[in-house]
Amino acid sequence: MAAASGDDGTRDGGLLGRAPPRIEDKALLTGRGRFADDLAMSAATAEAGVLRSPHPHAEILAVDARAAEAMDGVYAVLTGADVAAWSEPFIVGLRQPMRHWCLAVERARYVGEPVAVVVARDRYLAEDAAEAVRVQYRPLAAVVEPLAALAADAPVLHPEVGANLVHDRSFRYGEPEEAFARAPHRLAVEVDYPRNACTPIEGFVVTAEDRGDDGYEVTANFQGPYTLHPVMARALKVPGNRLRLKTPPDSGGSFGVKQAVFPCIVAMALAARKAGRPVRWVEDRLEHLSAATSATNRWIRLEAAVEADGRISALDWDQVEDCGAYLRAPEPATLYRMHGNLTGAYDIRHVRCRNRVVLSNKTPSGLNRGFGGPQLYFALERLLQRIARDLGLDPLQVIRRNLVPTSAFPYRTASGSLLDSGDYEGAVDRAVAEGGLRELRQRRAAARAEGRLYGIGLAAVVEPSISNMGYITSLLTPQERARAGPKDGAIATASVSVDPSGAVGVSTASVPQGQGHRTVLAQVVAERLGLAIDEVAVTAEHDTAKDAWSIASGNYSSRFAGAVAGAAEIAATRLRERLARAAAAALNLPPERLAFGGSRIFDGANPENGLAFRRVAGLFHWSPGSVAGAGDAGLRETAQWNLPELAPPDEADRINSSGAYGFVFDFCGVEIDRTTGQVRVDKYVTMHDAGRLLHPAMADGQVLGGFAHGLGAALYERLAYDTDGNFLSGSFADYLVPGIDEVPLPIILHQETPSPFTPLGAKGIGEGNAMSTPVCLANAVADALDVDDVALPMTSAKLAASIHGPEPDAPGAGAVEATGSELAGQGRVLVAAPVHEVWTVLVVPELLAQAVSGCESIVPVAANAYRGEASFGVGPVRGRFSAEVRFDEIEPLHRLAMSGTASGPLGDAQGSGTVRLTPTDGGTEVDYDYRVRIGGKVAAIGGRMLEGAAKSLTAEFFRRLSRLAAVPPPEMPEDFREPWWHGLLRLFGWKQ
Amino acid sequence: MKPAPFDYYRPGSLAEALEPLAELGPAAQVLAGGQSLAAMLNMRLARPELLVDIGRLDELSGIKLAAGQVEVHAAATQAQLERWPALARHLPLVAQAMPHVGHPQTRARGTVCGSIAHADPSSELPLSLLTLGGSVTLLSRRGERQLPASEFFKGVLTTAREPDELLGAVRFPAARRGSGFAFREIAPRHGDFAIVAIAAVTTADSIRIGVGGVCDTPVCRDWPRLDGSALDDALNALAWELGGYNDLHATARYRRELIRRAGRQAIGEAETWLT
Repeated sequence: MAAASGDDGTRDGGLLGRAPPRIEDKALLTGRGRFADDLAMSAATAEAGVLRSPHPHAEILAVDARAAEAMDGVYAVLTGADVAAWSEPFIVGLRQPMRHWCLAVERARYVGEPVAVVVARDRYLAEDAAEAVRVQYRPLAAVVEPLAALAADAPVLHPEVGANLVHDRSFRYGEPEEAFARAPHRLAVEVDYPRNACTPIEGFVVTAEDRGDDGYEVTANFQGPYTLHPVMARALKVPGNRLRLKTPPDSGGSFGVKQAVFPCIVAMALAARKAGRPVRWVEDRLEHLSAATSATNRWIRLEAAVEADGRISALDWDQVEDCGAYLRAPEPATLYRMHGNLTGAYDIRHVRCRNRVVLSNKTPSGLNRGFGGPQLYFALERLLQRIARDLGLDPLQVIRRNLVPTSAFPYRTASGSLLDSGDYEGAVDRAVAEGGLRELRQRRAAARAEGRLYGIGLAAVVEPSISNMGYITSLLTPQERARAGPKDGAIATASVSVDPSGAVGVSTASVPQGQGHRTVLAQVVAERLGLAIDEVAVTAEHDTAKDAWSIASGNYSSRFAGAVAGAAEIAATRLRERLARAAAAALNLPPERLAFGGSRIFDGANPENGLAFRRVAGLFHWSPGSVAGAGDAGLRETAQWNLPELAPPDEADRINSSGAYGFVFDFCGVEIDRTTGQVRVDKYVTMHDAGRLLHPAMADGQVLGGFAHGLGAALYERLAYDTDGNFLSGSFADYLVPGIDEVPLPIILHQETPSPFTPLGAKGIGEGNAMSTPVCLANAVADALDVDDVALPMTSAKLAASIHGPEPDAPGAGAVEATGSELAGQGRVLVAAPVHEVWTVLVVPELLAQAVSGCESIVPVAANAYRGEASFGVGPVRGRFSAEVRFDEIEPLHRLAMSGTASGPLGDAQGSGTVRLTPTDGGTEVDYDYRVRIGGKVAAIGGRMLEGAAKSLTAEFFRRLSRLAAVPPPEMPEDFREPWWHGLLRLFGWKQ
Repeated sequence: MKPAPFDYYRPGSLAEALEPLAELGPAAQVLAGGQSLAAMLNMRLARPELLVDIGRLDELSGIKLAAGQVEVHAAATQAQLERWPALARHLPLVAQAMPHVGHPQTRARGTVCGSIAHADPSSELPLSLLTLGGSVTLLSRRGERQLPASEFFKGVLTTAREPDELLGAVRFPAARRGSGFAFREIAPRHGDFAIVAIAAVTTADSIRIGVGGVCDTPVCRDWPRLDGSALDDALNALAWELGGYNDLHATARYRRELIRRAGRQAIGEAETWLT
């Protein structure tokens, strides 16, 4: 941190571009932050727990909450039936008859989808009661991967939509066909960008109250965009002024993620209505990882028409975006946020693009740091590296030759973005020189000479900020757009007021996520009004009922520095002009001679002649008549700023998708351990041009944060599903976020080319590395391993496979490797009992029940089919399960096949197996095999141990079976004398 | 992520601690540092009726050296063992393993015996105890019994401890002159559960190798002194014998490869002690 705040406020023009200590930090570092979960609540507030679907895809046949509702301290259980009666489905971004409610109604489409909300005295009780809610599911086949979701025979998520493909549009800019026909080279990459998410420390928090005729009042850590406020109000069937939404002053991080709290706001409002009291819900980590939101995963094929020198004349994009189970607003915005930037940082005039959006049985996607950029640039910058590799060119030169030339700004891209300002060539040259690319190349050569695996990667990206509300309408045809009416702009709102004693207050319609709003807004306003930074108080919370806001409000698309701080600058400037006019009248000077500084307004030519700021401000309150020439009475200005360059898409589907465009150029050196396949980032250099930097230390903080997220996406993070749609990464032991040990410090360089379009010349900087770092590291890994393709995340096991070569043979024969997503096993046990005794245990339910450890009951439900309750597990892990088992392919005394399901609060399993009996000397040889697929909670958090657990449970079963078969069954009670199954046994050749 | 209801009991003596274990069997669960158990309670993976908190029992605290054995009692934390001044001298293998056991924050509360009783197949302390040929002391109202570590680990989270027993102490044989020790762990991030962990103890004429993270329990093998291709062959045979498994973070093939390669490195490193 640079200067002390005392110095900073004494000079006019001395605050911006410096790094005063963050105003926020004192409270945060002393445990006095005011996060959503810290705020005072009414004593009547109850706590909510959410019952969630353990199934990736299932019909909900019945929800029976009576037992839960009867529990002491349980106030209400909200179910799909209530939701269908009291609310509307959410508006969907595409005109599709898809019904997305705040709870699953009739069908659940992803693991973790909320099915019921239990409202109780406390969260413990709410979770106890959630276990008592009986939901009858009929599992359906699920589809997980985007290309699989396109298949004609894929399970369809929304029968009313009729297909999983919900959007398919093609675009053409310039003359791509001619360019491809002319080009000497055509090179392509195909990528599967995986699912990941930024996982803020603080999850979702909602407190909701139903205030009758006054509507719903909600406090939630929602981050915007406020386009979703009308979506929520409409779902709740109230006008916007009957949904009062308040946000807390502090945030435990968001990164886009807290956009997705909005369906939970609706659910909790309805739960409060049903419970007749305020309801609070605090999301836990399992809920967050499985069901909050995620970036989209995307399949991309990108082809380039390339000249001999590496210049790209045309691009051809084919993208299949996977938005998960529902098209939750504002999706499919992830796909279109970058639509004006399909050519990245490059001067490419011919582009073809096909965009498809599919649904699959995964959590709905949403805002996440980078928002569409990581996916797009992974393909584009991998392609640049492939061009260099395949044509034998220097990757730096391939990038350099294709960059938008410095003389071309402002530059209109082929697909419509107006790149406002930049000097990409200068930034690259400076980064190469100051970051030491030449030395890094020498280092690589030296490492390789020693046989080490060392690679260098590069990436150049354009970082858009201040989204155009109109870009999403690119998904409509021009005709459809004409019918729907125009959508455009990026309104930002800020209010600045001066009270009767000259104290200044600032509020904006931007919800902080930890970026230091209070500090930067105080800098902007204090500088404009000639005050010290601590003379300006910034309120960070927002209230839709009292504060100014508009449709684009909120904190997303890196719009704070460019748009929101700019709006505050405009409001402060208006006040300054009015104060100057009042002071000019009092001092008998022309207003343009007045200067602001040192909390005074004075004659710039004669600083002794002036007035205290508070004196002038006081006049507007105490004597409005005396300052009638200085505008309205009072001193409050609300600025609603918009950027005129943000027009709707034009007839040719060109869209200026963002208001300002920064530039990032990265390069790095990595070494891969030959033994373990682990990647070590040896050096990372990141050059940013984000226009004018308002607070350089916080700009660096944004770069570091984006870098850590980018590194996580590159090396560790994946929201994993098995092929059946079961969710596998429900804890931080399986969703691996890099910690301080894993994130090296990058070398950060800045260049400042101010934006001509934003009030302060600032652009966004928080998302660039989320876009550039995954692909920069991937390029380095591909270089180190000398391979064409690398897939994210680049885990050590994956990379080791391409280092280790063919595996040494097993000594002798017979080593078999079990693979696949299901758990499978086989074995043989020797039972010291004749075959018919063993057979008896298998087919007599009462005996079988004793062989299953923890079996509490077993009843026949049909011929050879049983239902039972059992409680079992391994070690301290125990759960109750309801199981159904059926026997097929019965060959008496020889073989049978069994299949079944089990389900309980811990999860559910489907399995099948066979048992074969062979008589041997002194007993029976039992051969068995089984296959089990496991879902629900144990799959999400216990993946590492499932195989061992399945083995141990199977071994336990056969141990008990042996014991039971080896001793004569105990005396049967009276009513067992001739039970129903004797007939069955006789059928199999059993003789009593 | 809130636990199901349970009762909490903090006994004043060892005898009081053993009482409910005898009465309730598996429905009573011993709580020491809680670094595994508390998470399982919150996830409702474990639902004991009673928690018996032994963390403050003086009778169960302490680490001491006796008869060539380092005895670690049930309430001793991992951090206490880590900071035990004689650790590097008497238990160099454990000293090398300790930084891989979770994180400083979890080691501050987690106990040595708790980790061993929990029997996570990827854990470093069970692997160390097994490879060093240590033993466990099981206490119950019925009395006391000793078991070698090789008979203690039975499966995933499963041990030979009977439900009425408390793991009162573990004993690690102290290092003797003429032995070399190496611990190697490969995990996605520092402090994660091991994908593979290798413990190697060598002498002038023997190799003992322990492998964690690959099977349901840690496993250990004794070989004569081997080198060159004979050692490669032995490691390859071990890799195939253990097989490995696939999970989210690694493949069975990768685990076998690490047994061969990291195993070779660890044995080599242990052998450098001998020169």
